[in-house]
Amino acid sequence: MAKHHIHAQINGDDVEYLCETEETLLDVLRDTLHLTGSKEGCASGDCGACSVMLDGRLVCSCLVLGCEMHGRTVETIEGMAQGETLHPLQQRFLEHAALQCGICTPGVLVASKALLERNNDPTETEVRYWLAGNLCRCTGYDKIVTAVMDTAAAMRKG
Amino acid sequence: MADTATNGHAQSFVGTRTIRPDGVDKVTGRARFGADFNLPGQLIGRVLRSPHPHARIVSIDTSKAEALPGVKAVITRDDFADQPSEFIPAGEMMMNYKDVVRNVMAREKALYEGHAVAAVAATSAAIARRALKLIDVKYEVLPHVIDAVAAMQPGAPLLHDDLFTAGVEPKPDKPSNVAKRIEIKLGDLEAGFKAADLVIEREFKTAPVHQGYIEPHAALASVSEDGTTELWCTTQGHFIVRAHCARLLGLDMGKVRVTATEIGGGFGGKTVVYLEPLAIALSRKAKRPVKMVMSREEVFKASGPTSGATVRVKMGVKKDGKLVAAFAELKYQAGAFQGSPVQPGVFCAFAPYDIENVHVIGYDVVSNRPKVAAYRAPGAPISEYAVESVVDEIAKKLDIDPVDLRLQNAAHEGTKAAYGPKFGPIGLEETLNAIKKTEHWNAPLRKWQGRGVASGFWFNIGGETCASLTVNEDGTVSLVAGTPDIGGLRASLTAVAADELGVPYDKVRPIIGDTGSIGFNFLTGGSRSAFSGSMAIVEAAKQIKSELCARACKLWEAKPEQVEFSGGAVRPLGALAEKVKPMTIADFAKVAGKTGGPIGGVGRINAQGAGPSFGTHMVDLEVDPETGRATILRYTVAQDAGRALHPAYVEGQYQGGAVQGIGWALNEEYIYGEDGKLQNAGFLDYRMPVASDVPMIDTVLVEVANPKHPYGVRGVGETPIVPPLGAIANAMEQATGIRFTELPMSPPRVLKALKEKGLRKA
Amino acid sequence: MARVVLVGNLAQLTGGVAEFELSATSVKQLFEQLTELHPALGPHLDEGIAVAIDGQIYQDTLLEPIQPDSEVYLLPQIAGGGTSPS
Repeated sequence: MAKHHIHAQINGDDVEYLCETEETLLDVLRDTLHLTGSKEGCASGDCGACSVMLDGRLVCSCLVLGCEMHGRTVETIEGMAQGETLHPLQQRFLEHAALQCGICTPGVLVASKALLERNNDPTETEVRYWLAGNLCRCTGYDKIVTAVMDTAAAMRKG
Repeated sequence: MADTATNGHAQSFVGTRTIRPDGVDKVTGRARFGADFNLPGQLIGRVLRSPHPHARIVSIDTSKAEALPGVKAVITRDDFADQPSEFIPAGEMMMNYKDVVRNVMAREKALYEGHAVAAVAATSAAIARRALKLIDVKYEVLPHVIDAVAAMQPGAPLLHDDLFTAGVEPKPDKPSNVAKRIEIKLGDLEAGFKAADLVIEREFKTAPVHQGYIEPHAALASVSEDGTTELWCTTQGHFIVRAHCARLLGLDMGKVRVTATEIGGGFGGKTVVYLEPLAIALSRKAKRPVKMVMSREEVFKASGPTSGATVRVKMGVKKDGKLVAAFAELKYQAGAFQGSPVQPGVFCAFAPYDIENVHVIGYDVVSNRPKVAAYRAPGAPISEYAVESVVDEIAKKLDIDPVDLRLQNAAHEGTKAAYGPKFGPIGLEETLNAIKKTEHWNAPLRKWQGRGVASGFWFNIGGETCASLTVNEDGTVSLVAGTPDIGGLRASLTAVAADELGVPYDKVRPIIGDTGSIGFNFLTGGSRSAFSGSMAIVEAAKQIKSELCARACKLWEAKPEQVEFSGGAVRPLGALAEKVKPMTIADFAKVAGKTGGPIGGVGRINAQGAGPSFGTHMVDLEVDPETGRATILRYTVAQDAGRALHPAYVEGQYQGGAVQGIGWALNEEYIYGEDGKLQNAGFLDYRMPVASDVPMIDTVLVEVANPKHPYGVRGVGETPIVPPLGAIANAMEQATGIRFTELPMSPPRVLKALKEKGLRKA
Repeated sequence: MARVVLVGNLAQLTGGVAEFELSATSVKQLFEQLTELHPALGPHLDEGIAVAIDGQIYQDTLLEPIQPDSEVYLLPQIAGGGTSPS
């Protein structure tokens, strides 16, 4: 079967690639486009390590097909920093030590950014339920939640 | 330590919350973990795994797979030389090499569902998967046994006909599934129980749980025509990987260069080899690089969880609360090959207590499940769950506060541990008192809510460590460590190096060196990497300081007593100070070549003096009688770090271990069907805690310095997972009036117990 | 004479004798003296032994000194911390 020829926008760039029908967006990002920031933890949508934004919506890229991306917009962890400037979330994660091994961190950051873009004043409970789709085995979530709420407060101050 | 820099500012980084040097790469997705490495021309490797929990492998026909276009290599048991029986330390347990080679690739038998039987390397993952289907394996299916107690019964299916129980006299003449019996004794147990006013005996059961690291195992191997091998893998110990692969494949260690990639969690589960020898063997055959990554299902089915166990505990106490007798019998299941952590389970069981009469027996039992691997304080959470539950019951029956009961009987400096030696200075009492001082301790509770407390410890180890410091021509410093950084190590080592040399934190850049770039390092485990690594860095810094003083003496024509190193510079003393100015490290770096050559130091040690870390946990939870769900309301960890090199990452260890314990206590378990196959090999049904399951985890950093470490450091990584199981079980008892003796206390079990007690709302 | 105690299953290799008084001044000497008395112990002292001298646990160290009044415990290696397979 011939491969699919896809034109998509990824992190603001026009991107063109070929993919098999069964390849997920995660496969394409990692193996074809060499954007290895999104991680595979389970390939079944349970861990959130592959989280990306698809047309402004938070999705697990392992549950989306690469051949469905024609004409669509994808944002990954690689697009979060602006040039040399880290996104406030990225900066606060470092300050709060909100990561230990770091494997879940890209997915958590993408998901957290999606939350703060919708709700700039989330309660602790709202943060925890929003991030319930991102498994972390190292931190126990405490410093992650603190970093997200601290970032929200700082961003509200402007 | 806190030296004055040449500009007069005192700056100390140890004990502060610096930004970790590897942090930016981790928050931008730039950091490369095991599966992020690729080589041009690489093949994809995949493993064929046994669908049967127990079967003789009659024949393997790989011809059709080898003939499939795109398949470049196929390996089976024939590609690995057999290994003689020999025990070696592995991770934090012992293993037998005869078993290692069989776990990597099955030989006579498949001993668990998921056991590797063959592997292929092909030009794409799709072709590799197709090739696996073309491998024809003839199995003779055998009856299987999953549970440890069942495996101990006479007539149970036998896994190894050459396994005779060690540690029993007379030596048995029939093989069995009991690999070993161990025992420790102190005092006179019978007399102890006779003198007791109250005796409580209970039996507990736990299920196997997986370390649950989010990153699956991954390895990329490239073998050239002369046998030189390069390997990138996600591991807690790349030197150990090198040693295993060299032995299994008959290679010179010097020809194998292993790079530890960033690692996405290990917790003990990445201290052994699974894919690495396979990737090398395939690459050697195919003459091309081979990349292998496990799926999540493979991680659950084919990498080692920790043991499930049955533990019986009997304790005797005087009515004033003094514990006088303690007995425990532990039956730990090792998986398909011997080597469960029953021994540390035995040693740790009563360790927090000063009891005169102790007797603990342990059994290491094999069964048709994946071979267990180390999981954070291996063996201890299980035995301490049982002991802390009985201690709690004692406290309730005697109407003594559970923290006071523990304080009354707490081990302290000079207490003789049940496994023999006396403790040096330890912080158990400090953690118990710290718990009592928290606001949490006095917070009121409502109906269906309960509070539980438990203590625990881990021995911690030191071990062989090699780390180097090199001064670059511009005065910056390169640090090379050799233990993979699983949780912030580089930040701690950088702070120590900066303080020792008196240079700014951001002028020291750390890396984890590959096996060709730094001397042997034992793996990251045993809560040793910050403890041992910092010791080696102190040693390396000493060498640099001494070298620079020697060079200064030559340059200034001075005697050794006229110079001293402080605050990042060699300073002239006394009258000499009027003749010459201090020289900073950067000054020496500029003239390094002219004054003798490159400047550096290497710490090469076998770190001894590891001090145990004690911890006490307190948890409040609420049970919903309609769903059986237990919600953690509040959690406090008090643990002795000796000296926290980086407080945020020490707190992180406390919080992470506590939440793993919460999962273990409330939801996680391996569920097997009657057919011996794992039913929940994925994150949906193997239920680990998510962010909405837990509250903030409050931490109290206790610091009782370890006199044997230059900074007073104690390892902290493992102790946090030891108390949660007991603390949560104790809180459940207060919330429901039911003593849960089986883990996990998942909603169906809780509902069933509530129903049986007539407590469930209609 | 240092007091030496074998913990756990080690005493099974000495016919049940668990306590010794020995004149060893280092771990290496201690192992040699014990092996002379009970050859079956020998191979087990090579690998997988932790030595606690006056309460401090040492793993894999032959050269550690033992004082004349030391209390020494030989334990099965508790938590890794040893040589690599070679």
